[in-house]
Order: sequence, then structure tokens, then C-alpha cells
Amino acid sequence: MWQQIRSNQTRSVFLVIGMGLLLALLGYFLGLYFFGSGTGGLFIALIIWAIMSLVGYFQGDNILLSVSRAKKIAPDDHPRLYNVVEEMKIASGLNKMPDIYIMDDPALNAFATGRDPKRATVAVTSGLLQKLNRDELQGVVGHEMAHVKNRDVLLMAMCAVLLGTIVVLAWYASRFLIFGGMGRTRRSSSSGGGSMGQIIILAVAIILMILAPILAQLIYLAVSRRREYLADASSALYTRYPEGLASALEKIAASTDRLKSANKATAPMYIINPFRKQGMSADNLTSTHPPISERIRILRAMAGASYEDYSIAYQQVLHTDKVFIPAAAAAAAGTVALRTAQPEAPEKLEEVQRARETTNALWNVHKYKTITCACGTKLRLPPTYKLPEVKCPHCGRINPV
Amino acid sequence: MTIVIWVIIGIVVILLIAFVAVYNSLVRLRNQVKNAWAQIDVQLKRRHDLIPNLIEMVKGYMKYERETLEAITKARTVAQQATSAGPGERAKVEGELSSALTRLLAVAERYPDLKASQNFLSLQEELASTENKISFSRQFYNDSVMQYNNQTQMFPSNVIAGMAGFKQGEFFEVTVAEEKEVPKVSLT
Repeated sequence: MWQQIRSNQTRSVFLVIGMGLLLALLGYFLGLYFFGSGTGGLFIALIIWAIMSLVGYFQGDNILLSVSRAKKIAPDDHPRLYNVVEEMKIASGLNKMPDIYIMDDPALNAFATGRDPKRATVAVTSGLLQKLNRDELQGVVGHEMAHVKNRDVLLMAMCAVLLGTIVVLAWYASRFLIFGGMGRTRRSSSSGGGSMGQIIILAVAIILMILAPILAQLIYLAVSRRREYLADASSALYTRYPEGLASALEKIAASTDRLKSANKATAPMYIINPFRKQGMSADNLTSTHPPISERIRILRAMAGASYEDYSIAYQQVLHTDKVFIPAAAAAAAGTVALRTAQPEAPEKLEEVQRARETTNALWNVHKYKTITCACGTKLRLPPTYKLPEVKCPHCGRINPV
Repeated sequence: MTIVIWVIIGIVVILLIAFVAVYNSLVRLRNQVKNAWAQIDVQLKRRHDLIPNLIEMVKGYMKYERETLEAITKARTVAQQATSAGPGERAKVEGELSSALTRLLAVAERYPDLKASQNFLSLQEELASTENKISFSRQFYNDSVMQYNNQTQMFPSNVIAGMAGFKQGEFFEVTVAEEKEVPKVSLT
């Protein structure tokens, strides 16, 4: 398993290094053109990158969680969710239990953040908790924990910062070029012999300014998609039941609710693209997530639960010889058997139970008080309720608070 | 002449670094196996601790199922005493406890009062989750053993493993057939 993670990590690292080189090139040529000093430009690029990195590194988790209005739950608030997360923690070998958050949103989605496994967070929507059965919930949670275990969050954050720096540099450079460039060229062309070199540098700088953001974006999306496949494979390995994740993805894809709080910055963190258009299938290059139908087909084509089985299914479904995991690492995995579905109560009864469970959890999290009237009705009072008594809407009795 | 010496030194240094890296990864994997084993222990103990609550809860409702309840208590005691045995022996003993619990839950089907109580529903969730956790911790242990065994068997790390005395790990097999089933709880 370590070898799989490392080999995919090496490939991702190469891609990220590629982005870094792109940034360095951009900085160098812009510096060369604007100040006549390549290393100066490089230096400035580095500083911008460092600042953005620090901000992202220290604030990333909080920003994401507060934007999505997620609320942290205690183990007692939602035992089923807590147990499922704990099960996946054991299966994946994480040392510390992640914090669990619930987002009050009928849309079906989930995400994980945490730059290292010791500070991990998993968040799911209340819609997800109500619509998915235990196997499916386990698959989704397994996928999110796999992101934490494989250090995807850190990788994608670094990529995002690199991409951001490149875009920022290119943007500012284009402003300078349009508004300040004219005067500069006139001044420096007076040096005679240097003007040819100036034009070449200008040309390279302009090409980089246009191409670098596009290339960086493509690299970013490629890395993002690759990590999604790896997280799917890891989830199948942990649960030994890829059908769980497959049917969860089906339900999620079929739901029409749009996640209220997603925006373009946070989209890659969710389990499926919150901005997907219905029926979108072939938009491979411009999406942060692989197409859902493809992911489902690969999961269902798996004959076993190991990474090697995922790799074989991947090649089968996509009719490609492109190797997902290098052969050496795959051979080390061996074949791992799938398990059968967990037996559950009839779906309708389960759904009512789940809805009740989830709303109870949400009441607790928002600190509502619960009073049981003598007629059996449960009265839920918001934390702002200050009166000393409340009238039961069912039987009319006055209950003290 | 000196270039040849430098090249030889360089090769030796690289070999040394490789040796250290492989040795360290063997140590890491072996420790992961030990840790995974300890985790199974934690989950098994957790189940042992849950059982008295379960029996207390159902005793009031199931007055005529003394045998079943006694079977569970007995199996639990046996399992608790076997905590220092090897993986094979423990698997057997814990498997018997699992089947005793399955029988209890099957019998609980016949008591509608018990099934309808909120306490029983949450206890049901706890039991199902405990069984899952035990099987996942076992799964992780087996995965760790497999990784470790692969490392000790594949070339070139098997050379170093042999030199440094790393032995194969033992899998935690499920021997009791009934144990393979998760306690089923159907509400129909």
C-alpha cells in the first residue's frame, strides 16, 4: 500500500514540480523584461508564492469550514456517522480520529480537509446522511478519509497556491505591459544593439503570460482527477465493498439539489463536482473530478478490492493501456477479496429512521433544548427562547422550561 | 587512479544508504503490524465491555431466554481469559463469542417490546459497529502483515530481511464459519 501511495505521489510531485518550473520561468522572463534582471523577477515570484502559501497553510481549514457553514458534532450527536468514521479510521490506519462536521444542506456531498493526518476533518451534508444507507455512507466516508491518508489535501493546496501565484503574476504583468510597456520600450531601444534581444524577451514573456496560466490550470486539474481515482481505489480497499461507493455516487449524481455554499475555490474539495451540469460526460480536461458515470463503472468492474484490481478495472472501462499504478507496485498488492453487503432493514423504514437521526443531531448541534410533554410530544426550543414556560401545540398543556 | 577510488567510495555510500532505507522500512512495517495487532485488542476489549450492558438491557424483556444469556456470559469470560493467547487461538474464542451474540439477536426478534425500544435500536447500532470495527481492525492487521511479508519476500529487501532477522507475520484467519456473518438484525 505504501508503494502505491508513493508511486502516485511521485507522479503528482513531478506534476507539481512542473508547475513550479512554470512559475520560475514566468518570473524569470517577466523580471528580465521589466527590470532587466531575471533573478529579480524570480525573487519576486518566490515572495508572492511564499506569502500565499503561508496564508493558505495556516488559514485553509478554517476558511473552508466557515464558508460551508459546517457544524462540529460530538460522538453522541450522531452515533451512526461517528461509528462509520471510526470504522474507516481503523481500516485506513489513521492514528487520530478526525473531527466530524455536518452541513445543514439537502444536497448530497461531502469533503475532507486537513493538511496532515493528525489534524483531519471530515464533513458531510445532512442530505447525504438521510439518503444513503450504511454501506454507501461508509464508501463516501472511506473516500474522504483516503484523501486525508494520501495527503491529497496538502498536495492540492500546494497546487492551488502555485496556480494562484502564476495567475497573479501573469495578470499584473499584463497590466504593466498594457499601461507601462510602451514608454519602457521606447526608452530602452535607445541602447541600440539590445533591442533585438528585448523583442525576443518580450515575445517569450507574452507567450508565457498567456500560456502559463492555461498550462498550470491543466496540470492542476490533471492532478486533481488523478487523486480522485486514487481516493476511489483506496475507499474500495478500506471497505472491501466498492459497490457501496458506486451506489452512493449514483444517488449523489441523481440528486438535483445544488450545494448552496460551494464556490469555485472550494469545488475540488467535494466528493463530486458541485458545479456539474446534468448530462455532462466528456468534459475531461476542464473538470476537477472525473466523470461520475466513469467512476461508477470502474468501481463496479472491480473483481477484488486491491489497488491492482482497481487498476485493471480502470484499464478495462477506459479502454486504455495507460497504467494507473506502476506494475511493480501493483504486483505487491496481491488479490484482496470483496465482502458481501451489510444486511439492513427495509429501505423505507431505514429512511425514516435516518431522517429522524439526522434532525436530532442537528437539533443538538444548534443547542436546541428538548422538553417532553406529558402527552408524548417532544418540544424543541431554540437557544434564544427566554420565556419560563411553553405551551404544547398538541395537547395545550403549559410546560415549564 | 584517484577517480576510481572516488567512484568506489560513491558506490559504497549509495549501497549503504539503500541498505539503511530498506532496513528502516522493514522496521516501520513490522511496527505497523504490531500496532495493528494492538488495535484488534482494543476493539475486542471494547466488545467485552459492551456485553454486560447488553445483557442488563435484554434481561428484563427476555425472561425465558436464560440459556442464551448464559451462553454469552460464558463465551465472554472465556474470551477475556484468552487475551494472552496467539492469533489462531484468539480468533477461535472470539468467533464463538460472535456466534453467541448472533444467536441472541436472532432470539430478540421474537420480542416486539424489546425491538421497539429506542435503547435497543441504539444498542443494535453499537453492536453492529463493534463487529465492524473488529473486522476492520483485523483487516488492517492482515493488510499490514501482507505488506510486511511482501517486503520480506521480494528481492532485494529479502536479502536484508534475512540478514537482519525479520520473520514473516502471521495472518489472523477467521476459523469459525458462523463468525464470518455480521450479527443480522432485521426489523420485519
